[in-house]
Amino acid sequence: MSAALLIDILLWGSVFGVGLIAFRRGPPVFKASLREGSMDFINTVPRIALGVIGSGYIAAIIPQEVITGWLGPDSGWLGVATAVVAGAATPGGPVIGFSIGTVALKSGGGVPQVVAYVVAWALFAFQRVILWEIPFMPARFVWFRCAVSVPFPFVAAAIAMVIGKP
Amino acid sequence: MSDPSPKDPAPAEDAESEPRPGRVRKPIGWSTIIIAALVAVSAALVWRRDGTDGVLDILTHDLSLFGGILPRVLAGCLLGAFISEILPHEKVSRSLGPQSGLKGLLIGTAFGAILPGGPFTAYPVASALLAVGADFGATIAMVVSWTLIGYGRAVAWEIPIMGTDFTLWRIVISLPLPVLAGGLGRFVYVRLYPKRDSDEEAN
Repeated sequence: MSAALLIDILLWGSVFGVGLIAFRRGPPVFKASLREGSMDFINTVPRIALGVIGSGYIAAIIPQEVITGWLGPDSGWLGVATAVVAGAATPGGPVIGFSIGTVALKSGGGVPQVVAYVVAWALFAFQRVILWEIPFMPARFVWFRCAVSVPFPFVAAAIAMVIGKP
Repeated sequence: MSDPSPKDPAPAEDAESEPRPGRVRKPIGWSTIIIAALVAVSAALVWRRDGTDGVLDILTHDLSLFGGILPRVLAGCLLGAFISEILPHEKVSRSLGPQSGLKGLLIGTAFGAILPGGPFTAYPVASALLAVGADFGATIAMVVSWTLIGYGRAVAWEIPIMGTDFTLWRIVISLPLPVLAGGLGRFVYVRLYPKRDSDEEAN
């Protein structure tokens, strides 16, 4: 868990860094942003709680074999398209997303399809969108960003087809 | 806590700071309701399949996960609030606004790539950037860059699970995507909302 510790150190280090800059602008600025941040936190926590505690149940009812099956052995652009749908539909956190990618790769899935899957999952896995992005950001921005992101797993798969395997 | 108005953090005392554009956020929107319904249905299905023990297993696991995440959510919210306070608004709208061109998209991409932490950092900071004058294009570049080429998730999850070769190769493939996504976002946004865009320029 040293990676998690490192990330925590970086994260809180950044908070103290920008907090110090804000404090040097004057205590009122510091206090106002401290209050703003705490209010954001209080307002966000119920939704995060719902998402984190609820996501276990959502993940439990979607069988992972279904998603791995979709990725299958390489099947050209149709396979890429199903990989994109599978990436968006994958529930759970990064462990599940990357594990499914690894399983698909090991069980003979095409590399461009797996890349499309991982990129689609990173860009718009429904659970991260509803659990993290919508609570923090204006919903209009979130839907717009997801819509604009749709072509890019295909672009990544195309690049993977051109430059070949790792 | 019962005051949902986002627009009055410190009325009198921060006279020297610039007026903060309100970050309007409804406590419970339709998204929350849909998620709650989805969770309730899923939990009921788990209960039918695995009984009360199955439900409790998942609950205890997710509660401990939630406890671990909470401090990071707080850190992310504070980071977002401080950043939106200390970034000079005119400078942000010049270097990340609708007129910032390719340079704005590149700055957004670089910012997303170096941002520490997970979703609990990226989204509050992105929201702060939007509030201080970044346009949709630059913010999309930042979010997409964080998700595709940011080191946080790659180091913590992707390299251990998928291996270093695949991860680095996937990141190289992803390098052009944030700028392309931001560019596409800007291109579509200007055509969808031509009026809003000129409003932003007017201030």
